[in-house]
Amino acid sequence: MSMALEDALAVITKQRSRRVVISTMGSVAVWPELSDSPLDFHYIPSSMGQGPALGLGLALAQPNHGAIVLCGDGSLLMNLGCLVTIAQHPAPLWIVLLDNGQYEITGGQPVAGAGRTDFAALAKAAGISRVYSFEMLLDWQNAAARIFEGDGPVFVWLRIIGRPGIKTPSPPKPMMEQIVQLREALAVDD
Amino acid sequence: MVHGGAIIDVLQRLGVTHVVWIPDSEVGQWDAALAVAESLRLIRATREGEAIAIAGGLCLGGCRPLVVIQCTGLFEAGDALRNMVHDLKLPLVFLIGVRSARMAKAGQSSDTCPVFTEPILDAWQLPYVWLPDPFGPADLETALERYYKARHAGAVLIPE
Repeated sequence: MSMALEDALAVITKQRSRRVVISTMGSVAVWPELSDSPLDFHYIPSSMGQGPALGLGLALAQPNHGAIVLCGDGSLLMNLGCLVTIAQHPAPLWIVLLDNGQYEITGGQPVAGAGRTDFAALAKAAGISRVYSFEMLLDWQNAAARIFEGDGPVFVWLRIIGRPGIKTPSPPKPMMEQIVQLREALAVDD
Repeated sequence: MVHGGAIIDVLQRLGVTHVVWIPDSEVGQWDAALAVAESLRLIRATREGEAIAIAGGLCLGGCRPLVVIQCTGLFEAGDALRNMVHDLKLPLVFLIGVRSARMAKAGQSSDTCPVFTEPILDAWQLPYVWLPDPFGPADLETALERYYKARHAGAVLIPE
């Protein structure tokens, strides 16, 4: 069983509190429909696979806020080493893996190891102690409050229904406008 | 080679909050000093592109990171550099060891690292400056300060 991306992300809107939410790739098409916060950062244009690393840096710089990174499986596979780095540097960081088993934007081609890779085992083996895995929306909804309490890093693996062939999303605001807005919200001097 | 304690002093004067790195055999000698430095935090990354993205997040969040990598990692990390420096326009500063640069200068190396480092940096439109060989703490401070002071991305190259 899998869950719709919109439903999976709606759970996070209720739990994100003051955390920065970094959306990447396909989630950029949905997150702005659910949230309009200066602490939203739509990471497009991006370097694919670098969302978790960007989030780690932000979480280390802003421990009173912390960060949630919405990351696809294709993206995470491009930078699996980030799990080891994240485990080694404790920070208020939540990696939410949105696993649909495919590269949606390029037409729905399967990612390497689609349906076989155990991302929870990878995260645990990397040294992240708080790891969660959900296939059913209801289970994710029921556990979310507990998951977003306590210390990071946290890794959440969600099985998502793919939407092959969606267009490359555009962020609702240009990147430089987003950066100014985020820094103001974080009270960071330019 | 400048010892680690002197490096810490330089970075402290420059206000560097984090060193994000993958060491090579030369700058790796600073590891012990960096690991216990009170004025900054050492972040060990697994891949150079990842190091650049971590530094990007730190910079977005108000910190002043320094990315320390070897030129081989620079070659690997082009997309992250392109994105953080040019798309996000973050003033990231790099300290890059150039493998075999000394031997190449003497005409005694077949290593292609020195051949490609400057053209790659030119291609990514990242300004750079070479440190003298050997270099001292003041040389390093002057080279790094120009980028931090100008809030401009740039690289300082170490001939190795």
